[in-house]
Amino acid sequence: MGEKKYVHPYIPNSEPNVKRSMLDAIGMESAEGIYKEIPDRLRYHERMDIAEPIIDEYGCERHVRKIISENMNARDNICFLGGGTWNHYVPAVVETVMERDEFLSAYVGDAYTDHGKFQALWESSSMLSDLTMLEATCTPCYDWANAISVACRMAARTTQKTEILVSGSIAPDRLKIVQNYCKPELKVTLIGYDKETSLLNIEDLKAKLNDNVATVYFENPTYLGGLEVNAKEIVDLAHEAGATAMVGVDPTSLGILEAPGAYGADYAVGELQPLGLHMSYGGGLGGFISTKDEEKFIAEFPSLLFGVCETSQKGEYGFGEVAYERTSYAQREKGKDFIGTTAALHGVAAAVYMALMGPQGFRELGEGILKKVAYTKSELAKISGIKIPISGYSYCDFVVDFNGTGKTVKEINKKLLDYKIIGGKDISGEFPEYGQSAMYSVTEVHTAEDLQTLFKALSEICAK
Amino acid sequence: MAIVKVRDNFQQARWNEPLIYELSTSGLRGIIPPPVEEEINREAGDVFAELPDAVKRKSELGLPEIAQKQVLQHFLHLSQETSGANLNNDMVEGTCTMKYNPRLCEKLALEPDFADIHPDQDPDTVQGMLKIYYEFEKVVKAVSGMDKFSLQPGGGNHAVYTAASIARAYFEEKGEAEQRNEIITTIFSHPCDAAAPATAGYKVITVYPDEHGMPDLEAIKAAANEHTACIFMTNPEDIGIYNIHADEIVEALHDVGALCFYDQANANAFLGIARAREAGFDMCHFNVHKTFGTPHGGEGPACGALGVRDYLAKYLPVPTVEFDGDKYYFDYDKPDSIGKVREYIGQSAVVLKAYAWCKMMGPDYLKECAEISVINNNYMLNIMEKLNGVTHAFRDNGIVRQEQIRYSFEPLTEECGVGSDDMNRRMGDYGIPWFWASHYPWVIPEPMTIEPCESYTKEEIEEFCKVVEICMEEARKDPDKFKEAPFNTAMHKRLDNGDLDDPEKWALSWKSYCRKHNK
Amino acid sequence: MKTIGLIINPVAGIGGKVGLKGSDGSETLKKALELGAVRESGKKALVALKKIKEVKEDVTIYTCPGEMGEDICRQAGLNFHVVGEINSGATDAADTKKAARELVKYEPDLILFAGGDGTARDVLDAIGTEVPVLGIPTGCKIHSGVYALNPRSAGSLICDFARDKIKSTREAEVMDIDEEMFRQGEVRARLYGYLRVPNEKKRVQNLKSGRGHSEEGALDLVANYIVETMEPDCLYIIGTGSTTAYIMKKLGLPNTLLGADLVYNNTVIASDCTERQILDAIKDYEKVKIIVTVIGGQGYIFGRGNQQISAEVIKKVGKENIIIVATEDKMMSMFGRPLYVDTGDEAVNAYLRGYMRVVMGYEKFIVAKVSD
Repeated sequence: MGEKKYVHPYIPNSEPNVKRSMLDAIGMESAEGIYKEIPDRLRYHERMDIAEPIIDEYGCERHVRKIISENMNARDNICFLGGGTWNHYVPAVVETVMERDEFLSAYVGDAYTDHGKFQALWESSSMLSDLTMLEATCTPCYDWANAISVACRMAARTTQKTEILVSGSIAPDRLKIVQNYCKPELKVTLIGYDKETSLLNIEDLKAKLNDNVATVYFENPTYLGGLEVNAKEIVDLAHEAGATAMVGVDPTSLGILEAPGAYGADYAVGELQPLGLHMSYGGGLGGFISTKDEEKFIAEFPSLLFGVCETSQKGEYGFGEVAYERTSYAQREKGKDFIGTTAALHGVAAAVYMALMGPQGFRELGEGILKKVAYTKSELAKISGIKIPISGYSYCDFVVDFNGTGKTVKEINKKLLDYKIIGGKDISGEFPEYGQSAMYSVTEVHTAEDLQTLFKALSEICAK
Repeated sequence: MAIVKVRDNFQQARWNEPLIYELSTSGLRGIIPPPVEEEINREAGDVFAELPDAVKRKSELGLPEIAQKQVLQHFLHLSQETSGANLNNDMVEGTCTMKYNPRLCEKLALEPDFADIHPDQDPDTVQGMLKIYYEFEKVVKAVSGMDKFSLQPGGGNHAVYTAASIARAYFEEKGEAEQRNEIITTIFSHPCDAAAPATAGYKVITVYPDEHGMPDLEAIKAAANEHTACIFMTNPEDIGIYNIHADEIVEALHDVGALCFYDQANANAFLGIARAREAGFDMCHFNVHKTFGTPHGGEGPACGALGVRDYLAKYLPVPTVEFDGDKYYFDYDKPDSIGKVREYIGQSAVVLKAYAWCKMMGPDYLKECAEISVINNNYMLNIMEKLNGVTHAFRDNGIVRQEQIRYSFEPLTEECGVGSDDMNRRMGDYGIPWFWASHYPWVIPEPMTIEPCESYTKEEIEEFCKVVEICMEEARKDPDKFKEAPFNTAMHKRLDNGDLDDPEKWALSWKSYCRKHNK
Repeated sequence: MKTIGLIINPVAGIGGKVGLKGSDGSETLKKALELGAVRESGKKALVALKKIKEVKEDVTIYTCPGEMGEDICRQAGLNFHVVGEINSGATDAADTKKAARELVKYEPDLILFAGGDGTARDVLDAIGTEVPVLGIPTGCKIHSGVYALNPRSAGSLICDFARDKIKSTREAEVMDIDEEMFRQGEVRARLYGYLRVPNEKKRVQNLKSGRGHSEEGALDLVANYIVETMEPDCLYIIGTGSTTAYIMKKLGLPNTLLGADLVYNNTVIASDCTERQILDAIKDYEKVKIIVTVIGGQGYIFGRGNQQISAEVIKKVGKENIIIVATEDKMMSMFGRPLYVDTGDEAVNAYLRGYMRVVMGYEKFIVAKVSD
């Protein structure tokens, strides 16, 4: 056994006198008096093979800092990755609220003692509903892919149908998650997309729609960066076939791009991370699902839903869980799918972000990003060997074609590191039809100077 | 010695806070996004105006318009109306392992070297993060004895779901997927042990405990047959009794060709004491946000670490994090993998914080967490047993409880009609957060589940018991008034008027609230 | 404002303390009184009525004269109206029945009665499921599911009912044992029928957002599953009880609530069968299955209320062909206790002992211990 030299600051009752007095009270010599209930054959008698601790806080901090200093971050470098996690500015107020121990270390209490959590998450859902124009939004799920998956199963239960049509330009990793989650009852069928625009192929959609389709899922903007001009037509076609329609959106785009509810979609799903969460190597994710305020849709949510209610104090806003009986907490295997700890805190962060931004903020953010992306695309296209393979305007993400440079994206990205630039995502594996192409993402954090640094670097790299 | 303070003059913040929309004044704003530089403006022109009409937002965005201080103030008020483990006597959320969440870990997670890295960065540029993953995997391996882990699932339930997906893949490969369409679980296992496999397509056979509250080995044997794919069981179950048949159950299930999954959500008291491997399980999971000290976030972010034995490793989600002696890298080369269950490689912030927490503990203090947890629990029981009005599940079975206990206010209810919900509301008036009663169904009547893990002091345990005692006394004196509680928490007693269950009345958003309640 | 009818069976329970195992029949009563028995029923009922005093502004009470209600109401300090007449000092079953019929005329929201299984049978005979009822347990034999746990909780339940906190009702069994046989040392419980009682749902109540699933909904799920999985060319012996009755309703078939019916390819081929009729019938079929439910508060699957499905029948059909159905509420009410069999044949009891699956909903199963 190793030495336990200190009373650990996190384990107060390990102080020997305290521990002794407690053991005396229960009439035991040691914890073994309790563990005797575990048969010896189930006991583990060795010392766990775990590295020795660094018990002083400063030492531990230094240790972890040293490890993570091996990472290249997007603050000291210019990062052009997006496609599911985006590099947006995180307002100071959001960070402050996120770090409040009350929100941070709360859990599943009812609204009597966690009233603030209920209200904040209700407001979060409510503001997401403003963005999507669909009046019912659940508390956060794990991430965007999880939101699609859950909503597909909801749609299948609502419509009593078992086929899901999914746009072929969906992010391949998101698709993998949806495919696994739809097993075994649901069939996932991909619809083709147009390589020139990355938009859904309407003819292929028409061909694949049938009376067993529960929902048609497409993204707007598409993963490859197109704006879906046919959104309304897709939704109408789905409805004509007796299916529902589901749109994946970037919520930050909805100050300028049409809301899914406005063109008739039944579900909007997406990612919370761009709403005030750090990228945190994928640790900022949280999904949302918005749908219509109709019982047939709401009754199929597996998620917790918060609602306003009256209390014994007249005029007080109370909160509680809406239609709780749906959930697996209430009904085990007979609940709707399953529910558990997901990403509630990120819902709170999103609430603060949306409240700060307001309609003007989202509008300015969106317009600014549209401009910066358009500018970046046109400047990149001027570089010899580089093309922009997908026509139309983009929001944040867009594809850059390096085939003409004779270099691979991997090579280019490696060289970009010398310029302290983290290049776009290599999609040559995910979408081989675009050859050596990368997906770049430009947001409000990129200044003209940052962008020009990129242009200069790529000109030099591609020229060599 | 510290004092035992019963907070009999407690008042939680109650701001009577308006809904955020009621703070809105047209034209106000909380923040200004970075403006676009003139040269870009010039080059790009008015892109929004040029967008096709079909994609342009035409309707107004109904978000509130509020200045920055008022936004901050609003959410600070709401935070004050919330109880967190770091500021409350939160041993009351049994099964949840509400321990201290060190500030150090939060500080580290805000470092740009972590907060500002993108998950699609080339592995060469995030070696630090991959090392954290790799090293933390070593910890969970040591704690469980499993051979390989995935840290991808987004929470405990999600890990259980992933395990069910793996069972499905395993039997698909054996050509037994159709035949094996059932799973077994026990009623005191977490609801997700039934619900997640059901979502993965399985029929669920539930087993009730024997007369001592112990999982009924014979019943499980009777339930297992050639249709069984897997058993999903928690140990200890949510009532705090250690399942002494764990290995015999595994043997019985293996005998019929089924797999065994160990839900280790309640593992805190068994770090270094008992492991999934010794019991023979094929898979197990930990709730990293519970056992390994990271904050629960009011229900996430979370991480479910799913561990498997070597023969199941090929089904784990892609990618796994590997080390070639020089560099850390992703292994996507797993043709039998179930695919993915969450984007990227999981909830990295939780993994980072858990790594730091474990670094503060090491093997011996981890074990000390376990030991102090079970001592705390039995110390509390010793006090509670002397109180009149409260008992606990299977009280007289002679089995020493482990890390938590499901108490029951049935005697109090019999006596004066005051039950678990009433007690819960009233105890809030003494600064005790909402306790975890029980999962449903409430097979133990009027339940309360308490898990006084290692973070709490002796005095806090005594404070809690004292509050229970005082409240029961109040209940007897004036049950009708008691049932109107709470009086001093952030919210008063909810009216049972259908606001939350009637589709005509429920309001998930401001818009629907205004429409349905004539605002 | 709720209207409540109240009947006290003043002699209920009188035989208990003098070892007479019940008080049904005037001879027994006479004997009990000779043995020095005291009338305790009223005293127990008083506990419930004192509790009801809390809601006296919210209820209008109609009750019977003298010891059948009036006296106790007065002692409890309640306001009440007296209706009908009784044979004071020598009340019997006929008085209970007469009183129940009389009270129904005042359109009560609920009839509260104090007594035992015999009293419940009398109420059943008089009014059936017309009006919801609740029993205050004061008798010796309490096998019926229509009684509250104890007089105090009966009082609390009525308070909740008066405050409109209980919104639904469920059917509960009226069971009784044959007292003649019982006094001779043999237990022969019978299922006499069902009364409607307030659905309190103690063990699954308090979901955060209130409203639980209705009893009907739960039955529906069980029945749906059974109907969907019924096999062609198989003879089904449908046991007694309301859960199996619901299956028959789903099938659109006529049903004998208190008897066994035979169903083959969605047709009833025999109703309310005797053991002999069942044994004769099963000879002609290759595949036979039994569907039974859990009867009574003690949880019998065989031997209470379905003696027609005898040891002999069970032997012939085989354990693997027995389908047990029950709602979750029913199973929860017996948590921690096994299901029982009492077929009258030791060997068959032993054969059934062990563990069996119970269908508790649509594709919802538990494994329950079976004991004898």
